[in-house]
Amino acid sequence: MVCLVLGVPLAWVLARLEFPGRRFVRALVTVPLVLPPVVGGVALLLVFGRRGLVGEWLDQTFGVSLPFTTTGVVVAEAFVAMPFLVIAVEGALRGADARYEEAAATLGATRWTAFRRVTLPLIAPGIAAGAVLCWARALGEFGATITFAGNFPGRTQTMPLAVYLALEQDVDAAIVLSLILLVVSVGILAALRDKWVAA
Amino acid sequence: MSLAASITVRRDGFTLDVELTAEPGEVVALLGPNGAGKTTTLRALAGLLQLDAGEITLDGVRLDPLPPEQRRIGVVFQDYLLFPHLSALDNVAFGPRCRRVPRAEARQNAQKWLDRVGLADHVRKKPRQLSGGQAQRVALARALASEPRMLLLDEPLAALDARTRLDTRAQLRGHLAAFPGATVLVTHDPLDALMLADRLVIIEDGRVVQTGDAATITAEPRTDYVARLVGLNLYHGRADGTTVTLPDGFTLITASASSASAVFVAFPPSAVSLYPSRPDGSPRNTWPATVMSVSRQGGSLRIELGGALPVAADVTPAAAVHLGLEPGREVWASVKATEVRAYQA
Repeated sequence: MVCLVLGVPLAWVLARLEFPGRRFVRALVTVPLVLPPVVGGVALLLVFGRRGLVGEWLDQTFGVSLPFTTTGVVVAEAFVAMPFLVIAVEGALRGADARYEEAAATLGATRWTAFRRVTLPLIAPGIAAGAVLCWARALGEFGATITFAGNFPGRTQTMPLAVYLALEQDVDAAIVLSLILLVVSVGILAALRDKWVAA
Repeated sequence: MSLAASITVRRDGFTLDVELTAEPGEVVALLGPNGAGKTTTLRALAGLLQLDAGEITLDGVRLDPLPPEQRRIGVVFQDYLLFPHLSALDNVAFGPRCRRVPRAEARQNAQKWLDRVGLADHVRKKPRQLSGGQAQRVALARALASEPRMLLLDEPLAALDARTRLDTRAQLRGHLAAFPGATVLVTHDPLDALMLADRLVIIEDGRVVQTGDAATITAEPRTDYVARLVGLNLYHGRADGTTVTLPDGFTLITASASSASAVFVAFPPSAVSLYPSRPDGSPRNTWPATVMSVSRQGGSLRIELGGALPVAADVTPAAAVHLGLEPGREVWASVKATEVRAYQA
């Protein structure tokens, strides 16, 4: 959800607007793709940690601290998974004919109306595909989460973290958890595959 | 709702510099070869392209600072650009919906417009289920339904096959006649321009080279492009009484004396006669020529001649056989002075 709200507008900006430093922004957005997730976690800690660049300010002004909380998990997973969405949606946007937006404008639609009523429906398959990829990546996220949010059962423990922990204590439980994860993932991917391929 | 526009747009290696006016109810056709700047002019009028200089005024209101959505100009695009995810009805209702007309009213209105273009049975169809001619009519209904102050059409018939084109052209003519505002129409087909427009504006290489009604343009072309469109031989020369001297020294005699000194001379290919040897008698404009090419043109043959005066001649197939016309053949060409028309350049 966080990825959708942040990612779709970001993709629109990257696909439709020309501005200096666009290459740099795109590189920044996609860097978590190539970065080992653990390094991503470390980077997040440095920025949002209690003594981090933004974290310190957040802590002092709002008393909010992200690391090792459930919100922290969301931030970590969004950080790692969002590039998948941005890339998919940006691709769909580039593929969609910008002249439909022009046609909408001549009919009196503002940019926002044109985006909402014309572009968004046209790229819906792309967004769906991006969201599935994004969700799939987030589900399997391990490194950034454990580094940035830790592994507290009930608070910041995700399925892969639970599997990892269980593997050391109770192998059977780990297998069961892994199987659940596998079945859920395969089920959802199979259900959405057509849309994915179509996009 | 009269339009007065002076449009300058600069691109790499191309400058568009066009003055354009249109009266309420008038249909103006922009005619010109590919790449002349017709579509660029239209996009500038619609606000999809920024002017580098100049201004656009509609009914005394400056349009050029306004974004396209505030100009209230209806556009029918060359490939129509119907929204593929909306039905024909919702496509037509789109404009009014953007102006905050309630949904039910907008749909009712759209239904009325689709009735008017003869598509009452196709309201639920998606654009990809429509034929080319139907899509064109939906696009027209969509542009008209938002009650534009001016209508722009970009090659409205170019995407249609010959038969559909004929029907659609006749219908379009009716709809344009009923539209109260000014209409600007872009086309490269002279027939579309002559049939649909009250006035023609010929654009070549980013400039207006000639404007006028159909009769003037077809009788007195001012550039080679227009002359080819309307099928005339055209030359530029200096007149002295009834004698016109072309730049390379060739002289043509006209029946009536011209008052201007710089003139265009034009005559139709059908006025050119060909002879196997030098003819005797009346024709004064007679010269030896070489056949360059022979092609079919309606019921006759179009002969392109080289020599002192490059000229196109139309002859009957029988005459062509009799004269043995084939590329390389030497003949004598002549044109009667009464057929040669000179007018001020």
